[in-house]
Amino acid sequence: MAVGKEIKEQITSVKSTQKITSAMEKVAVSKMRRAQLRMQESRPYADKIRDVIGHLANATSEYRHRYLQDREIKRVGYIVVSSDRGLCGGLNNNLFKRVAQQSKEWKNKSVEVDFCAIGSKAGLFFNSFGGNVVASQSHLGDAPELASLIGAVKVMLDAFDNGQIDRLYIMHNRFVNTMTQSPEAVQLLPLKAQQDDSLKHHWDYIYEPDAKEILEGLLVRYVESQVYQGVIENNACEQAARMLAMKNATDNAGGMIKELNLLYNKARQAAITQEISEIVSGAAAV
Amino acid sequence: MAITVHCDIVSAEENLFSGLVERVVASGVLGDLGIEPGHAALLTPLKPGPVRIVKQNGEEEIVYVSGGYLEVQPNTVTVLADTAVRASDIDEAAALEAKKHAEQAIENQGADFDYSRALTQLAEAAAQLRTIQQIREKLGKR
Repeated sequence: MAVGKEIKEQITSVKSTQKITSAMEKVAVSKMRRAQLRMQESRPYADKIRDVIGHLANATSEYRHRYLQDREIKRVGYIVVSSDRGLCGGLNNNLFKRVAQQSKEWKNKSVEVDFCAIGSKAGLFFNSFGGNVVASQSHLGDAPELASLIGAVKVMLDAFDNGQIDRLYIMHNRFVNTMTQSPEAVQLLPLKAQQDDSLKHHWDYIYEPDAKEILEGLLVRYVESQVYQGVIENNACEQAARMLAMKNATDNAGGMIKELNLLYNKARQAAITQEISEIVSGAAAV
Repeated sequence: MAITVHCDIVSAEENLFSGLVERVVASGVLGDLGIEPGHAALLTPLKPGPVRIVKQNGEEEIVYVSGGYLEVQPNTVTVLADTAVRASDIDEAAALEAKKHAEQAIENQGADFDYSRALTQLAEAAAQLRTIQQIREKLGKR
């Protein structure tokens, strides 16, 4: 039965694919839990540092830092955070679509765009998309460390310091829940001062040694922590998206196996019927 | 009971300590600092070293930080700890590394994407689809 054999092979191959996808789904579930935990753990730091900078921006400091001042926009920088691996549905593509759209909007306003690609998928995207990639960092693993991001962030901060870029954005996927992730661009520099009425009265810190140095270091760390948060959040998104994509793939494979089984049974039945009718007609002829 | 103040020690990667304390002792860049409740608002960088906290019941705990910042507000003390040892030359080296990475990616485009492998996979999948369609047609005719 030539037909039957082909279908049988097809069923085996789909079954093995299903095994892989369901295994990947389970791995993604556990990785997602850990990624979510990391996301929660890194939040207090970002919140605290934002508070401190909020205080600083509102405190009557004699020194205005360049990160707090708006400039005329001639060139903007984007830090694009993507995953290192694929097979996570449309996660990266949705993000890159937004990047392309936003860079087009800037170009229409005759503003140039520089990119910093984090994650190997972003690197690949810019290879085909073009765009001026000034820094890139990939293979951060499942537990990214802040230390591995410092370099890439510094390139962008230096560009801001030297006046090469006048605004810095970070683009990453926001983790809404396990079913939804949406790409989002957040402005990192210049910093928007917090509007907090409770801190409006006139007071200032005692700075040791002086405000300028402290602000310098704090603002750099703030930007870094924001980027780190973005990377962590994107990681959680990646796992969630992969979990969903693999669940769908497993379900589809299940449907396909069912269909193929039906096809196989029909083919077998048809072959048997044909054989019988041949025998019967042969007997009748004798 | 002694007067206490709320203290948080956080790093970018995790929350190291959070709770009421009687005293915080940390090594600032200008010297060691002892912060007690009611200290004036203060902001200072920290040197890499231990931060000693005396908790509400007199118990002591030591957290090691590789640099960071100490912020004192009337009712809270916050230590923003660094996760990595920071120095301008180390940062510079990391920045150069990131730049080099970007340049390399542009030079050997698509190095970590195997087109030929993807193409064969695609061809295989297409062939499988064709087989299924042929089988269906055969069965449909009968």
